[in-house]
Amino acid sequence: MSALETGTVTKTTPGFLRGASATLRHARYTFAENPVSGFAFGLFVLLILCAIVGPSLVPHNPLVSDTAAALNAPSLRHLFGTDQLGRDIFSRVVVAARLDMAIAFFSVALVFAMGGVAGIAAGFFGGWIDQVVGRVADTIMAFPLFVLAMGIVAALGNTVTNIVIATAIINFPLYARIARAEANIRRDAGFVQAARLTGNSEIRILLTQILPNIMPIMMVQMSLTMGYAILNAAGLSFIGLGVRPPTPEWGIMVAEGAAFIVSGDWWIAFFPGLALMLAVFCFNLLGDGLRDIVDPQRRT
Amino acid sequence: MTKQILRRLATAIPTLIGVVIVTFLLTRVLPGDTASYFAGPAATPQAIDEVRKKLGLDRSLPAQFVSYVQGLATGDLGSSLSTGQPVVKDIETRLPASAELTLAGLILALAIAIPLGILAAVRQGSWIDHLCRVIATAGVSLPVFFSGLLLVYVFYYHLGWAPAPLGRLDAFSSAPDTVTGFYLIDSLIARDFDTFRAAAAQLVLPATTLALFALASIARMTRASMLAALASEFVRTAKASGLSPRTVIVTYAFRNALLPVVTTLGMVFSFLLGANVLVEKVFAWPGIGSYAVEALIKSDFAPVQGFVLAMAILYVMLNLLIDMLYGVIDPRVRLEA
Repeated sequence: MSALETGTVTKTTPGFLRGASATLRHARYTFAENPVSGFAFGLFVLLILCAIVGPSLVPHNPLVSDTAAALNAPSLRHLFGTDQLGRDIFSRVVVAARLDMAIAFFSVALVFAMGGVAGIAAGFFGGWIDQVVGRVADTIMAFPLFVLAMGIVAALGNTVTNIVIATAIINFPLYARIARAEANIRRDAGFVQAARLTGNSEIRILLTQILPNIMPIMMVQMSLTMGYAILNAAGLSFIGLGVRPPTPEWGIMVAEGAAFIVSGDWWIAFFPGLALMLAVFCFNLLGDGLRDIVDPQRRT
Repeated sequence: MTKQILRRLATAIPTLIGVVIVTFLLTRVLPGDTASYFAGPAATPQAIDEVRKKLGLDRSLPAQFVSYVQGLATGDLGSSLSTGQPVVKDIETRLPASAELTLAGLILALAIAIPLGILAAVRQGSWIDHLCRVIATAGVSLPVFFSGLLLVYVFYYHLGWAPAPLGRLDAFSSAPDTVTGFYLIDSLIARDFDTFRAAAAQLVLPATTLALFALASIARMTRASMLAALASEFVRTAKASGLSPRTVIVTYAFRNALLPVVTTLGMVFSFLLGANVLVEKVFAWPGIGSYAVEALIKSDFAPVQGFVLAMAILYVMLNLLIDMLYGVIDPRVRLEA
């Protein structure tokens, strides 16, 4: 924050607001520079809207079957066509957004809580905590991740909650490592030592000094892993884990449509697959855009 | 060199121990009572107790672990409830199908991604660079089961170029005599070119699906590390010395850029082995992935656990192999040891 910039802001503006407005300006600049990020942001808003109000807006009940209208190709009445039971695919795709986003969101939040905290503690305290966290992360990384997720869901039980847990566990090493590296370079930074000198406890320093400072980088990681979490959860439900029919969910809808691809009824699997792809694409692009805002040096 | 290989092998041991502990824990946290599950729904309490004793579930956790490891050492992973066969035997017969598919996908991905990445770096900002970026972004966003189905729709249903997505061979061919378990190689050994053609035709779509998925990260990494290598001083010196562009790019830049690419292969394998499961389901491929999926749906846990363990061991071995490759590519790694 340069002296020139502070001059333009009235003296009564609290510091954090000034920082926030500068970040906003920078964000606007980044999005204007990179229209792809703007597009991703638009998609993101659409996804969130679908997840929140979608179920009350859709034209048909996603669960009610109508055998008279089974396997209809896309038309004005059924935008995305109907499936083998005559259910409206458009409605099902929109309604499914809530479940898919919820799975991804909760698993990312969970891994942020587990991996983030473990990683920060490992990087900040070092010693045996570091050893244990490193060992656990290494052991998880020794498995092909999707395979491990399958094993976890099989062991814990075939429910949506366990899909969330499995997805969180396989992402644990990534979060722990990033948090560890970021906390480690800050453990003896000037502001940390100042906090230590003024008598703050180590835990307090960790929560009030270290955590806020590594938040931006963790946020980028969360956005990038959201896409992976959606893919992973959809993959698990594609092979029949977690979500059960007739619940609308993109992965299981693609699985249901798979049998009809060979007879040419493409729309049953196509539209949920497309929604899935766009959601993942959106989070990946958004993550890249966020990284540009947070860390301009790593821009590619 | 041998000393270094031995040392590297030793570092894999703690990882393997970790893997065995995790798979053991996965077998013991089954929801509900494992014994009553294995005894079946109609079992009397007495029968359940008997099963519990038979499975060793009445003993302490460490004791169970010891017998689990003993079982592993003798190659005993339990039996599948649905096929009635020992899991090890099932996995053995199905592993070649998965390996053939994964290897074909990987080779295809490398054959496309590396030239693409090199070209994108050499002609930075050109159309091929943009193509590389689009492929890299699309590749990570496309769910492999979805891209597989799209390929089936276009190439089987629409164009009729590909055979039906139903396994390793069509109904008119018979499997070649098993030598390696890879149909492509076995049919060549038997000089049965019709079978070779049939097996290749079945393999093209699933291998392409896997390749599309693996392509993305390899191409992106090749591009990035080539860019770094091309900007380095030794490349500038090579150019200034008047070496041909080909020599500069292939011998000087690429050899140095290869190391990060090989590192990414570890991650690529993790994704490939996972994606393999989904691709096998889409194409009804009779590999270990679809074996595990079938078992999962029937709540038949022994095959799933055997599968997870087999995949993890395979993955640890692959990572070992990648580490060994370092020494071959980069003499400095050899010297440091």
